[in-house]
Amino acid sequence: MDFLSLFSIFVLSVFVGFYVVWGVTPALHSPLLAVTNAISSVIIVGGLIAAVASEGLIDLSSTMGLIAVLLASVNIFGGFMVAQRMLAMFKKKK
Amino acid sequence: MNTTIIGFAYLLSGVLFILALKGLSSPVSARKGNTYGMLGMAIAVATTLYKGYVENEDLQLSSYTNIIIAVAIGGIFGSILARKISMTALPQLVAAFHSLVGLAAVFVAIGAYKNPGAFFDGGIISTGSMIEMSLGLAIGAITFSGSVIAFAKLQGLVSGNPLVFKGQHLINLVIFLGILALIYMTAVDPMDPTTEQYFWAIVGLSFFIGFLVVLPIGGADMPVVVSMLNSYSGWAACGIGFTLQNTALIITGALVGSSGAILSYIMCKGMNRSIVSVLLGGFGGDSDAAAVAAAGGPKGNVKQGSADDASFIMSNAQKVIIVPGYGMAVSQAQHALREMCDILKSKGVEVRYAIHPVAGRMPGHMNVLLAEANVPYDEVFELEEINHEFATADVAFVIGANDVTNPLAKTDPQSPIYGMPILDVEKAATTLFLKRSMASGYAGVDNDLFFRDKTMMLLGDAKKTTEEIVQALNMS
Repeated sequence: MDFLSLFSIFVLSVFVGFYVVWGVTPALHSPLLAVTNAISSVIIVGGLIAAVASEGLIDLSSTMGLIAVLLASVNIFGGFMVAQRMLAMFKKKK
Repeated sequence: MNTTIIGFAYLLSGVLFILALKGLSSPVSARKGNTYGMLGMAIAVATTLYKGYVENEDLQLSSYTNIIIAVAIGGIFGSILARKISMTALPQLVAAFHSLVGLAAVFVAIGAYKNPGAFFDGGIISTGSMIEMSLGLAIGAITFSGSVIAFAKLQGLVSGNPLVFKGQHLINLVIFLGILALIYMTAVDPMDPTTEQYFWAIVGLSFFIGFLVVLPIGGADMPVVVSMLNSYSGWAACGIGFTLQNTALIITGALVGSSGAILSYIMCKGMNRSIVSVLLGGFGGDSDAAAVAAAGGPKGNVKQGSADDASFIMSNAQKVIIVPGYGMAVSQAQHALREMCDILKSKGVEVRYAIHPVAGRMPGHMNVLLAEANVPYDEVFELEEINHEFATADVAFVIGANDVTNPLAKTDPQSPIYGMPILDVEKAATTLFLKRSMASGYAGVDNDLFFRDKTMMLLGDAKKTTEEIVQALNMS
């Protein structure tokens, strides 16, 4: 994809993010931090590309990729689960 | 054909992430939103693995085994962390998580730089890609080291006091310009092997400036720092997303980047400070340290009360508004507090909670702690929603908060907290303050509410005092 298309996606996503996040209720700002944390770990994609390309040999690039995969996994599992745990606590009056 | 499917899959995962954030508009839809988020992540990972399978002729099974092992180790560790962490330690956990995203971005950038064949068409890194990648790399490194310091401050490993030295801002500026210059030097001809040293210099300097930027920021400004680093982790992901030409990464990075920026803005507004003044640092250490500095003897008569007094006043009240602050988190008083409120409610007292936007060490910190103690979220209100109600309240019960109630913010233009929106607890018929000591808050400003006739101070550990009130309420 050319730079302009990617940049268009970027700019539009910033706007979507802006409006969606203003809609988040302040009570849920902590879960918001946890969820954004988890989803920004989609950077795992980059780690996977480097790790898959190792062709069976462990070189610097694939090692870096594997470490990135490991770190991002901590975040993905940890972030979503801690968000889940927080959200489960928010209850209405009985 | 395959590229189209892959493109659609990444787009879908981006859309699911948007829905995950959209869900957080109310506690009811939030859990579903979280599921969308997980689904989006699963799709992104599966798509990438599929893409690797299709595109690599020399694919080896062992690469996949390694990946599974890495995901398993990380996943198990993350799950245990998420399960075991106490809710009061959440700010530290979030800071730690941010550092991991930053570090992952750094490793991905290094991986791409060292093996361009796997990442770029024809194995050639273009100038544009190099700029995007170095930006992702630099922001990732800053996110990492900045978050490590934020973690250390929140965990109490490093003093929460601002660490300032002469010429700090100048040094930061020079390093920052140095990083930009290095990015330029690597990007002119990215495939030239002699520029590799510049690449590593970017890594080193960015780590360094991350430390320098967060060190001077005081403990009480941590909600802003945590939000800001959240934003950075998003921009780092964006930079890498441009490098990989991956829409899921770009969409997500932009979402997270703007989310963190908005939170930083809300936190700054809650303190009436500009983001620049927070970043320049030097303001607001831990309350104890500030207290020593401000200990100039008593400024008037203080009325001290006992748990029995508090119990008597509140059980005869019609309406009590609870104002929790960081002190409640420190002493873990939220469960005792909820118990106290349950008894009051059973006596026919109307109980509500008022949350200041910057109470605690991260955005929404108090809401989570109250939710943990089973306080229904429809009894918990934000500043704008509830501030007018203090005038009709019989008791304002301030537990572990100080500066956010200080009327000087409205009346004294000389005060460092002037202009900060505050909770109008002084309008309640009686104000009860649960505090460890008479110390001033993080801003180092005396709260003249302590010396008013309508105020009663209950000095001591917030949890212990609350438990004593519960006992007294049960006796009466």
